[in-house]
Amino acid sequence: MEAIEFTTPKTIDEAVQAMASKGDRARALAGGTDLLVQLRGGRRSADLVVDLKEVPELNEISYSPGSGLTIGAATPCYRLYANADVAANYPGLVDSASLIGSIQIQGRASFGGNLCNSAPSADAIPPMIALGAVANIIGPSGSRQVPVEDFCTGPGRNVLEPGELLVSINIPAPAANSGANYLRFIPRNEMDIAVAGVGSAVVLDASGQNFVSARIALASVAPTPVFCKAAGDSLAGKAVSDEAIEEAARLAMEDAKPITDMRGTIRQRIHLVGVLTRRTLNNAIKRARGEE
Amino acid sequence: MASNIVLSEVEYNVVGKRHLRPDGVDKVTGRAQYGADVQLTGLLQGKVLRSPHAHALIKSIDTSAAETFPGVHAVVTAADLPFASLSREELGGEYQRLKLASNHVLASDKALFKGHPIAAVAAESQHVAEEAARLIRVEYEVLPPAMTVRQAMESDAPLLHEDLFTSELGELSDKPSNVASHMAFETGDLDEGLKQADVVLEREFETASVHQGYIEPHNSTAFCNTDGQLNIWCSTQGPFVVRTSVADILRHPVSRVKVTPMEIGGGFGGKITAYLEPIAALLSRKSGRPVKVLMTRTEVFEASGPAPGTWMKVKLGVTSEGKITAADIFLAFEAGAFPGSPVMQGAACALACYDVPNARINGYDVVVNKPKTAAYRAPGSPQAAFAVESVIDEICEQMGMDPVEFRLRNASREGVRRVEGPIFRRIGLVECLEAARNHDHYKAPLEGPNRGRGVAAGFWFNRGFQSAVNISVNPDGTVNLIEGSVDIGGSRASIAQQAAETLGIAYEDVKPTVVDTDSIGYTMVTGGSRTTFATGWAAIEAAEDVKTQMVERAARIWDTPVEDVQYIDGVLSHKSDPELRMTFRELARQLLGTGGGITGASNVDPTGEGNGFGVHIVDVEVDPDTGKTTILRYTAVQDAGKAIHPSYVEGQMQGGVVQGIGWALNEEYFFNDQGQMMNSSFLDYRMPTALDLPMIDTVIVEVANPGHPYGVRGVGEVPIVPPLAAIGSAISHAVGRRIDRLPANPGAVLEALS
Repeated sequence: MEAIEFTTPKTIDEAVQAMASKGDRARALAGGTDLLVQLRGGRRSADLVVDLKEVPELNEISYSPGSGLTIGAATPCYRLYANADVAANYPGLVDSASLIGSIQIQGRASFGGNLCNSAPSADAIPPMIALGAVANIIGPSGSRQVPVEDFCTGPGRNVLEPGELLVSINIPAPAANSGANYLRFIPRNEMDIAVAGVGSAVVLDASGQNFVSARIALASVAPTPVFCKAAGDSLAGKAVSDEAIEEAARLAMEDAKPITDMRGTIRQRIHLVGVLTRRTLNNAIKRARGEE
Repeated sequence: MASNIVLSEVEYNVVGKRHLRPDGVDKVTGRAQYGADVQLTGLLQGKVLRSPHAHALIKSIDTSAAETFPGVHAVVTAADLPFASLSREELGGEYQRLKLASNHVLASDKALFKGHPIAAVAAESQHVAEEAARLIRVEYEVLPPAMTVRQAMESDAPLLHEDLFTSELGELSDKPSNVASHMAFETGDLDEGLKQADVVLEREFETASVHQGYIEPHNSTAFCNTDGQLNIWCSTQGPFVVRTSVADILRHPVSRVKVTPMEIGGGFGGKITAYLEPIAALLSRKSGRPVKVLMTRTEVFEASGPAPGTWMKVKLGVTSEGKITAADIFLAFEAGAFPGSPVMQGAACALACYDVPNARINGYDVVVNKPKTAAYRAPGSPQAAFAVESVIDEICEQMGMDPVEFRLRNASREGVRRVEGPIFRRIGLVECLEAARNHDHYKAPLEGPNRGRGVAAGFWFNRGFQSAVNISVNPDGTVNLIEGSVDIGGSRASIAQQAAETLGIAYEDVKPTVVDTDSIGYTMVTGGSRTTFATGWAAIEAAEDVKTQMVERAARIWDTPVEDVQYIDGVLSHKSDPELRMTFRELARQLLGTGGGITGASNVDPTGEGNGFGVHIVDVEVDPDTGKTTILRYTAVQDAGKAIHPSYVEGQMQGGVVQGIGWALNEEYFFNDQGQMMNSSFLDYRMPTALDLPMIDTVIVEVANPGHPYGVRGVGEVPIVPPLAAIGSAISHAVGRRIDRLPANPGAVLEALS
């Protein structure tokens, strides 16, 4: 029989103290769609659960054209797609927020929780990497910033030290002529885990005919989400063309190092990275051109 | 929706109308009581310890630490079961019924599948029970598993049962084997039939293990009194079957076992076997307290009864006019860890849609290291239909024949003899095929790339078997209808309708109640598509008994001979004296003062079951980049005989199609190389969700069954038979490659395309 303590701090300080008091035996709780399932299934254990839903900074969304978007770590998905600033400026995030789990899950699950759970298949992470998101972390020895692409270190593992807490995620304001898209492949149409997922973000020049820059990230094809730097960089400066997109897709497929399991095979997953990279780049380009 | 096709000529007052279900309000308001809701004074919670290995010798089980753990009241193992360790010689003909059934409930010398129960604990709380179960030390010698029929049929395959000998066409072989039995059906002259054919096509098929996926997990609460009375509350399709199983396995007098079926959250054939009931009973007997045992979803997947994975070969010979002359069929079905796959039913259903003069069907029941298979909606028929209908589709494609026209040329009809012997009475396959051909869906052209249309037919016997009903008349003119058939798909309503029709009273005046095994005569399972037919029949006979007694009572009140009293549409009247007239309600009010209450009773075992057929049409689109199939349009046509409650018939048709879509596209047991199931959750066992399905159009065809007073055939199983083949053929047409393995999930379709 395992007794678990539960606490609901009201401030960041209280939350950090609570997390630090139990070291790696403390688990942060946002929507609980991963943590509660893992605890009940015996896949994680904890002595203390710290509920973060009453800490204001972890439950806010703020946007300004100067500082971009800040998403409190415990903010549920539905608040993202219901937010007018997010809907207008970050359709690539809305793609992800509106396909995680189901309507019910989206009422609880948060991007911060998705990041901290650090599953290779996390749907929120590739679009955040593609959009250049940075994680704001606070702990007993102060705060620090970590680019989202450097956050995960293995399946279920990340850079958070015992006692540290993810406070928020910051995403730069969108550049002119930019667009992003996230797609995942699942055999069903909801309630499923990505066989492969790709998030792409592009910045075009004023003509809309040339890439200024691009970032591409993958889900479910490696022990962590993958930032495909070479694939994105290959597009910079090139004219928008099927050939350029094909080359980026090829480079993204090279970065995929998947396994074969019940959800898909190595061959299928690498193939899907190619398909989804093409599709997400084309969708991102349409958005950058204001065609969608 | 297309309109239903009513061919029966009788118009009824209550039968055939869409009444509200009596259990609806309780269910939608959360008041209905399911097995997990059972609460008793002093109730203990049970936990089953299960094998982590697919195949292992059990060298020893040490329960001492669990027994002394605070809060634990009982620990049981197979050593507590009377027949678990007896040999085949000692048990003779009872070997399978007693020894193998015991070993299925709790493993004795061997664990035969991952999830096989090894021991169980009853404790003060679920947490204590789980903790104590972890303290049980089991020493295993892990053996290599045999996971598929192909593997298990190899001569050097790991043997599951040292004392299992093949029943070879009825004779027992002399060498132990994983092949539990080989059966065969034969008619005509196969070689001659193949000679007459202009086209001969042979294909091989495989399908994966799939689960029924009922939403409510298995549960059982048992209380064994010190006087030997054993009461059980559980979720089952067959309380009388549970009573028999528990009495047999525990060697407990059957009359001292009372089984109360709680409301049931789905069964589809999977809730007939007693898994937890004997364990809960043993724990209660040992602890002297009531004990509740629940399965988790993982336990349901790993340790209840999936439908078998299969390996099948079909060879058909057809003339250039499109007439089938010969069929040679090989079916090997996984039984799971113990003998008893539905290969016999699969073999009998395989060719039932067609008049095939020359045929041979060989069936093999093969044990493998998976949970023992159980019935799943038309057990055996969907797999066999997948193989046979796929070959027919390919022949039609090669010959350029319309698949519905081909089926009409070969369709079974009244007088045709099935391969396994029986001759069809009046059946409705031709009417279903004609309805499909005339349907908007079939007439609509299918346009666009990567799209395909599939058509398939399907058969299920439908069953009779024993049922009992009692009907008591209340003073207000209503009646209480007492039945033993668990209500899964709206049978309270369909049975009450038949009683109301027979009595000539309003549907709302019949109050149906499902009761325990002490309170009604023997009633077989809710399964086999038998309930509306057979329990309906019992209700009709009980109602006729009530009518007879009501006539006698009226005669007594009027002081006139019984022959002078008639009962028409719920009104009793004197045949010649117009003054003497009473409604059912008026007489009901007088019963207590004129001789006492009236109860009609019946026990039936009707044999006039009406065989069922369905024809399905499906359009799909396949994404050539990902291999993913989208169902664009689906139409199911089915002969219901008489649809007593058309809404529930349509619901059965749609539900069967949904499960068939899951079976065809994504559902499968996925095992690692140690034989451990890796996807034992609804997250990764991919049943279709609402977003994966189109609106499923239904057409009920009514060709009345002459073997039932209202023409009922039974409808629950036929609709899961055609989807596998219809979808497989539709995908084949969309991608230009034949689909011969299920599930045709995106990965598999992608492989077929590359």
